[in-house]
Amino acid sequence: MTTNDRRAEQRPAPGGSVEFDADVLVIGGGPAGTWAAVSAAERGARVVLADKGFCGTSGATAAAGTGVWYVDPDPALREAAMANREKLGGHLQNRRWMARVLDQTYQDSNRLAAWGYPYPVDDSGKPQRNSLQGPEYMRLMRKRTKQAGVTILDHSPALELLVDDDGAVAGASGVRRQKHDRWTVRAKAVVIATGGCAFLSRTLGSNVLTGDGYLMAAEVGAEFSSMEFSNAYAISPAFGSVTKTLFYGWATFSYEDGSVVPGAASKGGRSAIARALLQGPVYARLDKADGNVQRDMRASQPNFFLPFDRTAIDPFRDRFPVTLRLEGTVRGTGGLRIVDDSCATSVPGLYAAGDAATRELICGGFTGGGSHNAAWAMSSGTWAGWGAADFARQLGPARQRHLASAGTVAFRSRSNRPLEPAVLAKAVQDEVYPYELNYFRHASRLDGALARLDAAWVDVSAADAASKDDLLRARESAAMLATSRWMYRSALARYESRGMHRRDDYPDQDDRQRHYVTSGGLDEVWTAVRPHADASYAEAAE
Amino acid sequence: MIEVIDAERCTSCDICVNVCPTNVFDKTDGIPVIARQSDCQTCFLCELYCPEDALYVAPHADTPCPTDVVALRETAALGSYRRAVGWTDETRDLRGIDRSYLLFGH
Repeated sequence: MTTNDRRAEQRPAPGGSVEFDADVLVIGGGPAGTWAAVSAAERGARVVLADKGFCGTSGATAAAGTGVWYVDPDPALREAAMANREKLGGHLQNRRWMARVLDQTYQDSNRLAAWGYPYPVDDSGKPQRNSLQGPEYMRLMRKRTKQAGVTILDHSPALELLVDDDGAVAGASGVRRQKHDRWTVRAKAVVIATGGCAFLSRTLGSNVLTGDGYLMAAEVGAEFSSMEFSNAYAISPAFGSVTKTLFYGWATFSYEDGSVVPGAASKGGRSAIARALLQGPVYARLDKADGNVQRDMRASQPNFFLPFDRTAIDPFRDRFPVTLRLEGTVRGTGGLRIVDDSCATSVPGLYAAGDAATRELICGGFTGGGSHNAAWAMSSGTWAGWGAADFARQLGPARQRHLASAGTVAFRSRSNRPLEPAVLAKAVQDEVYPYELNYFRHASRLDGALARLDAAWVDVSAADAASKDDLLRARESAAMLATSRWMYRSALARYESRGMHRRDDYPDQDDRQRHYVTSGGLDEVWTAVRPHADASYAEAAE
Repeated sequence: MIEVIDAERCTSCDICVNVCPTNVFDKTDGIPVIARQSDCQTCFLCELYCPEDALYVAPHADTPCPTDVVALRETAALGSYRRAVGWTDETRDLRGIDRSYLLFGH
């Protein structure tokens, strides 16, 4: 194993701030960010990782348990794993990327085993590596990140990127919210690993995921892809945060009066639950789980039972109210557009990994989260770390570049009108939570929502700079707003139903629209269509 | 949301202040305080990291749920999550008992 004794260098800085010189800055300390940081450091880069919360507990993985798309390197098994969900994803996956993610995930998972992750062993003595316990996994990743020589800045949300005179990304700055000062990292390349956007819906571990990295990337001109695949909703107890949709595969869903909701199921019947919730409360009971399954569930996912054990509900015998919480692009597949095998974005010096990047290449237009996203986080993190380290090395010894801050909204004072983060966040939630807007989409309803969101952007971009205490919340709510506009503009640009994107006005999948929708822009949001790789080959052959 | 810091158990180590991903706690001269309860995302991770089992997160994600610490001590709730995932000395062998591989594909 390569060890790295080259650390980022702390530089003298004015009072109230700290400054570092690094080769690679990783923003976000979940699975993708920690894999990126470790990989970049192992390539000899000096790395800083800045996390909004605490690297090790931050993000959707740390609080949960997740399946991992880990498949033994047996050609038949690999083929089946790739073919398995192509239809569900609307045939937008890319076989070459699926194969390389399966390869990289296999390698990374085996490294986790070597690092001491306590994988279970089945009755035949074979280790089982297709599931990870979030707290255990991320505690280990924090340890490995530190051992790799990475400088970790906890509770240090990034607020804006830095760019050089050529428009290449060259670092970022933010606040250290427990030290009440500012940080700046000058870096030769930046990896965005800030996760998706779940719009503060309080699904397990997701409230740190407000699309911050999307906003920062958009401010330097980065493009997005598949943002219409952003309406994933997860089942949770109505009062609780714990989303573990796998276990609801053993549930019966019923109305208030006890009658069964027709067609309702965790897999393949979630829309029936959404339609029922539009009418009134829906209840679940995991009554299809026998004693063995109940035991395996308890062993596999202790936190699933906390909401029940602490409210004296027996989920296998009692009916309890459930809801669907929006997980946006955390379980959706939209995100920053990836332009090459190193997970570079469309902006020089900027890389994306994990849920911050589009997962269209392996998931197409559908994911139930978990498995594929976890595999993508490891793989894309590894590649982005290598890519960023290589980019930094090619840039050569640190020349003194002139750097400018790229932040826009919440940084500029113009109107003597305050930006009110809580009000803005609520306004965005009101447009993206409702099932009748986002789950079941229709141009007549999306047009109205988008007009209101566009108006909110005009309002917010003219508002005054946020105060020091409000700046993070202001940027988070602005990021949610920007995300919602790429989502709905992209949704309107796909005149069909495909993957999780469901149009009431275009209920069928249209073979002519087997393409990707690219989007971007802040003041003016735009979309464009890119062909799917198979379609380009077909055209080339003609 | 986080409801309880048991003052009898807390040793002011401030680990919870550090590990909370949404920065809910503040340090004080004594034991930490729950300074921003509404920012709590009910992820239960502070409980896992508390070496004294002094914290209690109520499972209600959207609204506070005031909880009486004296009554709580009568239950097995304090530290129950930490024990269940094998993060105590007595339960270490539970860390490797994930049976998810038997549940996938249902």
